[in-house]
Formats: sequence, C-alpha cells, structure tokens
Amino acid sequence: MAKWDIETIGEWDWRQFPLGAVIPESGNSRDYVTGGWRSERPVRDKETCTQCLLCWISCPDSAIYVEDEQLPDESFNLAHCKGCGICANVCPVEAITMVPEGCDLPEVK
Amino acid sequence: MQQLTEIRWHARAGQGAVTAAKLVAETALELDQYIQAMPEYGPERMGAPIQAFTRISPQPIEIHCNIENPNVVVVLDESLLATVDVARGVTEDGVVIVNTCKTPGQIRTELGLDSGKVACIDASGIALDTLKRDIPNTPMIGALAKATGLFDLRPVIDHLQKTFGKKFTQDVIDANVACVTRAYEEVAIDG
Amino acid sequence: MAEQKTVAATGNTVVAEAMRQCKPDVVAAYPITPQTTIVEEYAGFVAKGRVHTEYVTVESEHSAMSACIGASAAGARVMTATASQGLALMWEELHIASGMRLPIVMANANRALSAPINIHCDHGDAMGARDAGWIMYFAESAQEAYDNTIMALKVAEDPSVLLPAMSCLDGFITTHSIDRVDVLDDESVAGFVGEYEPANALLDTDDPVSHGAFAGLGGPFFEFKRAQREAMEAARPVITSVGEAYSQLSGRPFDVIETFGMEDAEVAAVVIGSASGNARHIARQLRAQGVKAGVVKVRVFRPFPYAELAEALRGVKAVAVLDRAESFGAEGGPLFLEVRSALYDASDRIPVVSYIYGLGGSDVRLELMERMFADLSDIAAGSAQPGKLVYLGAR
Repeated sequence: MAKWDIETIGEWDWRQFPLGAVIPESGNSRDYVTGGWRSERPVRDKETCTQCLLCWISCPDSAIYVEDEQLPDESFNLAHCKGCGICANVCPVEAITMVPEGCDLPEVK
Repeated sequence: MQQLTEIRWHARAGQGAVTAAKLVAETALELDQYIQAMPEYGPERMGAPIQAFTRISPQPIEIHCNIENPNVVVVLDESLLATVDVARGVTEDGVVIVNTCKTPGQIRTELGLDSGKVACIDASGIALDTLKRDIPNTPMIGALAKATGLFDLRPVIDHLQKTFGKKFTQDVIDANVACVTRAYEEVAIDG
Repeated sequence: MAEQKTVAATGNTVVAEAMRQCKPDVVAAYPITPQTTIVEEYAGFVAKGRVHTEYVTVESEHSAMSACIGASAAGARVMTATASQGLALMWEELHIASGMRLPIVMANANRALSAPINIHCDHGDAMGARDAGWIMYFAESAQEAYDNTIMALKVAEDPSVLLPAMSCLDGFITTHSIDRVDVLDDESVAGFVGEYEPANALLDTDDPVSHGAFAGLGGPFFEFKRAQREAMEAARPVITSVGEAYSQLSGRPFDVIETFGMEDAEVAAVVIGSASGNARHIARQLRAQGVKAGVVKVRVFRPFPYAELAEALRGVKAVAVLDRAESFGAEGGPLFLEVRSALYDASDRIPVVSYIYGLGGSDVRLELMERMFADLSDIAAGSAQPGKLVYLGAR
C-alpha cells in the first residue's frame, strides 16, 4: 500500500499538504509521468546494437531497462523517457534513431 | 545607600576603567544592590579618552542611557582635565575623585567647582609602588569607597580576592589589595 | 519556583548560558560585533565539555544559517546568533528556515545596518527581517534576553508551531552592559524545554523523506504559505502558555506586551527594547506630577500582538510610537505601521505619532522622552495637532 496517497492532491487545501513541503516517501518520482514531454521517441535497431549499454549509463531519466545485463526487446520506459536523444547521440554504432511522435502517446495515458 | 548612585568614569583606554566600573558594580551586587556597568563602546584605541558608567540602586534599574548627571565622577588620568570636561553635569552634592598629586583645593579651582566634594589620590604612585605598573584602577576603587561612603573597604577587598583569584597569582592579588587599602587610607577629601 | 543564582553578567553572557542550558545538538555561527561574545563563550563551553554540541565554524553568516537549516532538517536541535550585516547576509536562508518549518532559535544582537558603518544599537537589522516568517522576541534587559531565549526554543519546537524564532537584544546596551540577572539551574531549564522530537528528520533512515522540494507554478506554494501563516497564528496561544509556565518556573511575569500606567493613561508611548525603561522612568515622574502617562512595551513583535495593543491603548488621547528603525518612504517606522493598523478598528480615532529615535546607538537621553511626552500632552489637550514623523533628538 502506498504510504502517501496523492491521488487527490489536486484538490488538497493547505491543511492536507505535509509540513514544510516535505515529501514523506522515497522513490515516488516513478509516479510522476514525464513521457508527455517527448516529441521524438528513441527506436533501437536490435541487429546493429552491440549491447555496450552506453545508452543505459547516459540516460538522465533512468528510462532504459536492463535485464541480465542486456537491453530487452522493449528497452525504453516510454512513460518516463522525455525524448532528449542522449541515447541516440552516445550510441557508438548508431543503433538508436529518434523518430517523431504522432499525436498519440498511449504509454503516457 | 541612597536611591540611585550614578558613577561616570573618565580614563584613557588601557587604564582599566571598564574593569573598575565592573568591579564596583559586582561589589554592590554582593551587597544585594541592583547594578549596571557599561563602557561607552567605540573602536579600541589605547590612550584615547574613554568613558564608562556604573549605576547602583536598591531598586531595579530601568533606564538605559549614558550618565549625564553623575553623583560621582572618577578621573583615572589627570591629563584628561585639560581636554575633557570631566565635571560636566555633576550633581550639586556630587563627588569628583581624581588620580593626582595635587590637593583637592587645586583641583577644585582647576575644575571651577564650588559645590560638592573633591577627592584626590596619587593612584598612579600607589600602583607603581605596589603593582610596579601604572594601572590606577584598583586604587581608585579604594578612594571611591572612602570618598563616597558607598561601601566599606571590606566588601571591596573580599570581592577583589574572589574575582582576581580566578585569574591572577597571589602576588598580583596581594598587590591589588594593598593598592585599594592604601588609597582608602590616603585619599584627601575636601568638602 | 526553581533555584536561581543572582549574577552580575552581560546580556551576551546570559544568552550563551541560556543556549548551553537548552543543550542544542548543533550550533553553526559566525562572529560579528556585538554578538561575538555569545558565540565566543559558547565555543568555550564546547571546548571545556560543558555542553555536547557540534559547533560548526563557518566562513559567513550565509553559511551559518545554511548549516543550521541542514542540521535542523536532519533532526537536530539547532541554535545560533548573529547581528546586523550578518543577519542581512542570512536573508535568503531566513525564509528557507521558516518555509521548511525548522524550529531554529537565533539570538540577534540588534545593530545598525551600514552605511555609514556603525556597530551600535538600532533595530534596523531585525526589522528588515520582520516578514521572514520568524517568531520575534525583543528584550528590554539582560534578564529578558535570557528568559526570551529559553521561551523562544520551547515555542519554536511546539508541534503546533514549528517555526524558527529570534531572540533580539540591544547591541552594546544589553549585550555588553553588566546587569543583575537571575539564572535558573541547568536541570530546571532542561526539564522546561524538554527533548526535541523532530517531525521529519532526514537522518531517520527507517522513514526516509525528501526536504527542499519544488512547488512551482500550479504547485501548492500558495497553500504552503497559507500553512505558514496559520502556524504563526497558532504560535499566539503557545507563546502565552509557554510564558505562563516559564513565569511559574522563574517567578518573573511574562506577557507579549507589558504595560505601565495604562489603566487610566491619557498619553502613551509604545516602545521596544532597552529604551522601554527610559520611557517608563519619565512616565513615572510625570504621573507623580499628575500627568496620566503610560507606556506599552512590545516584547513579542511576531506574531504581532495587535489585539492586546488595541485593548491597552483604548481610551488614550494621544499615542507616540517609538521606532529604533526606519522604513524609508513609509508613513512611519515599522512599529508605528503595526500599531496604527492595530488601532484602525478602535471606535475612537486616536492620534498616533511616529518617533524615530536612537539610530546607530544614538543615546536615548531621558530628556528626549520628556520631550516626546510633552508633545503628546499638547496633542491630548488639543493645543497642538499631531504632526508628521519626528526624528527624536537628531540634530
């Protein structure tokens, strides 16, 4: 159970916010969906990728998944990826391309 | 002891007037009086003329300002008489005590005082004799005790031994006690 | 009543003593005249093992208050002291301490702000920080500086308050004058202030929290400020109840305002700090001559005791508000603005005159108080109109 239920935070009044703007729970930035900030999404060519993991090291939003020291098939956390393109930029074999987003961002909803 | 006694100290920075103002206040506190002691603060400049103040009262003291109309004026350095109006505002029955070899009559004329008391003591001479240094503050306290009747010699010496005992050697304490005692005995009072 | 010891000591000495008796976990401070001897004596207590405080020497007041904020957020009981330019250099941190609801207690040795440079007393430093969200006590004497510092800690740390608090004492006049002070024993003070239970300690690893979050556009910044205002309001009854408990312990009365002769006063002065006694002294003399003079001393400036002031000044014919601080371009000094606002809802329209006095340590001679009361008597008698702001005693 979530310690700090912020589902109705938009309706809170001054009495309901925690003392001194403290966030009384750790690790809850995952609840803050930033995928909607993205205008381009990264797409990885699995054939070209050498699994060097430089993209994973460089991602400022920790939005790249690694399982057993490998990028899985679905390697980007698109709910949090802001589309900054750093992963594409650092890739030594140009395996990542930034593709324009359409009007729809289903993972953000 | 009267209602409120206001003492103004005139000295040159480094002569120990601030310590004297404090010692007198502390002695009075031991006699269950209310007290205030403060220097007129400014930049520390050895030799510059300074003032310090002591208030003593059997009632709580509520005023916080410089002393304009002192009951007692203590001058630790005779040479100040030429440059500072030490007797300014002194009350009709006030006491002016000066560290000097001159007589009270001569000082009275110099200051143009025709009322109150004038007391003279060679505090520097006594300090040089006993402490071997010209620190005239403790002898002036002995003279003050006698000239004003604020308190006897005993509480002054008791307090001096108590407070100096924490900081100084027995020789220094003995010399200071001798200073106070001699000044108490030797002060010349007119009026 | 607790055991007490009567001592001859300066205001700074007894503030350092009060701090030691409150046993702060952390003191981070930078020396500045006329506060220096507070932190000097406190450092001595730490060096001699008379108190177990982490004493942080820092390179500026900006760093001092920053370190205090960090330590307080970590869950420590934190105290410090400053004055004048030092308080000014802390300005941004003052707001952070109150916004983060950290109950830091700071002594401020009231000193004029430059320029021209001056080391002596006025309230310009503290008044410049009056909207920073700190509870503010002002002392008339060394005794009050000691008492206020202990009470301020108890109020600041109260779970319904949790705001920083300032204990102000007049530079040199109170900080450096030797005064007769009754000091409580260590156990009584420790028992009175109790143990501090931090609400959100960063060092509580079982219950991790984040401090210093962003609350920007569309975020709840506005609501946090509202909560701060409510906390300052909640401090009112706490200040009173802590004052009552402290009075029982010490035998010394406490109120947010202290009145003299106000039961029938026709002319009254409102004043803060060490000059209060000067005003009272003259009011007492005037009363002996048949003039119904009174004095209201403000001991707690934030939260401002507007209801108490309006009540105390009811029926008075002329009021002088004495400010040892400027508010350039305003209609009067900071205290004047508060007092006249407090009187707005009164049924009688009482003439209120702003007097600026004692800036930069200018001596508050008794004759100035006589002159001020004489002005008030003329206004009360209708023989003079209340004038504009008066620079009392300035050449």
